[in-house]
Order: sequence, then C-alpha cells, then structure tokens
Amino acid sequence: MARSNEPIWWSLFSAGGVVAAFFVPVTIVITAIAVPVGWISDEKLYFLLQQPLARLYLFVLISLPLFHWAHRFRYVVADLGLRGGGRLPAIVCYGSAILGTVLAGCFLAFG
Amino acid sequence: MSDQETKTKEYRRPMPADWWLKKRTYSLFMVRELTCVFVGGYSLILLILASRIGDQESVTAMLNSKTLSVLQLIALPMVIYHTVTWLNLTPKVLVLWRGEERVNPLLIAAVHYVAWIGVSIVILCVVFAYG
Repeated sequence: MARSNEPIWWSLFSAGGVVAAFFVPVTIVITAIAVPVGWISDEKLYFLLQQPLARLYLFVLISLPLFHWAHRFRYVVADLGLRGGGRLPAIVCYGSAILGTVLAGCFLAFG
Repeated sequence: MSDQETKTKEYRRPMPADWWLKKRTYSLFMVRELTCVFVGGYSLILLILASRIGDQESVTAMLNSKTLSVLQLIALPMVIYHTVTWLNLTPKVLVLWRGEERVNPLLIAAVHYVAWIGVSIVILCVVFAYG
C-alpha cells in the first residue's frame, strides 16, 4: 500500500476543528464586540497580550485553525467542481497553513 | 464499431456545479464545509494582529477598526455553526460503554456543550478581570 500523508493532515484538521469550536466564538466576542464597545479597555488587552500565556493562546488560535481551514478548503474546492490542478490545491492550502504557523511563531516569540 | 468504442470508454458520472443546491441536506453540508473560510479568515486577522504585537498604537487601531469588527461579526454566526456541527458529531466519534450499556449519545454531546459554554465564560472572566 502506498504511504499517505493523510493521517497527519487529518489530525491537524481535527485538532484545529476542536480549537475553533471551543475558543474562536468567545475570542471573536472579545475582539469584535467587547473591545470596540469599551467593555474591555484596549490598553489593558494590549498588556494582557504581552503575557507569555496569552501569546501561546494566540499562537494556538492562529496555527491549528489554519490547518483546519487548509484541509477542509482543499476538499470544498473539489466539491464545488474545481477539479484538476493535480497536487497544486493541496500544496497551496497546507503550505499557507505552515507559513502562517511559522510567521505566527516568529511574531509572537520575538515581537 | 462506434458502439464498441463508446462501451470501452470510462464512464464519468456528471457532477453539475450546483449539485449542493438541489437538496437541503446537501446545502447544509456545503454551509458546514464553508465555515472553514471564516475560521481561517479569523486566524488571518489574528496573524496580522500578531505581526504588530510589539506596537501598541497599531494593535489598538486594529482592535478599534470598524471594518474589521464588521467582518468578524459576519464570521461569528458561521463560526458558531461550525461549533454546533462539530459538537453534534462528538457522540459519533466518542462511543463510550459503561459495562454492557452504551452511554447515551445525547449525554456525550451535552457534556461538550456545557464544556464549550464553561470555557467561554472562564475566558471572558479572565479577560474582564484583566481589562
């Protein structure tokens, strides 16, 4: 049987799905409602974001959901009739998620 | 001869591009799959925020941007739809047995919903306590 990378991508997809399900809605409420409305001061949120734990939280919320997107989007594109292109859609999708992860790591570790 | 030629050709089942509009369940499936665009889009917003993390003025401007708020508010119902569909699948993934008896699938889903609400409240409390 040919070896496949599928289990790796599927695991990351699944982990990203869990993170997105549990943490993204409440984080959107914070960044899109609570801060602009003034329930949370942007200054204090900024200082919270300087904490290592908050940065780790941001990193997880960037990286894993990107892999979730990559895996689902790759198949949704095919489901919508855009077939062909060989391995290109997969390379673009997973490549973007890897790039996003590396960038997020650099920004949050050194920024 | 032409008959034989067509017989040996591989049959490709036609898939019209609008197949997912033809049945409600197909459409809901497509909506569920497309939630990934909003999940990924939000990660992209957070990535841009992370790129400015050392610059307070820039982060503050981003957090107070009306355009970004509107985009996130559009994404919010789609992300909640992702959460609901994801949690509804948990009993299918997690099949638990207590002795001979299978643990009620509804209970497994309910535990996850409670955990989701609990985690959200804890995160809000932590951020409120800080902010």
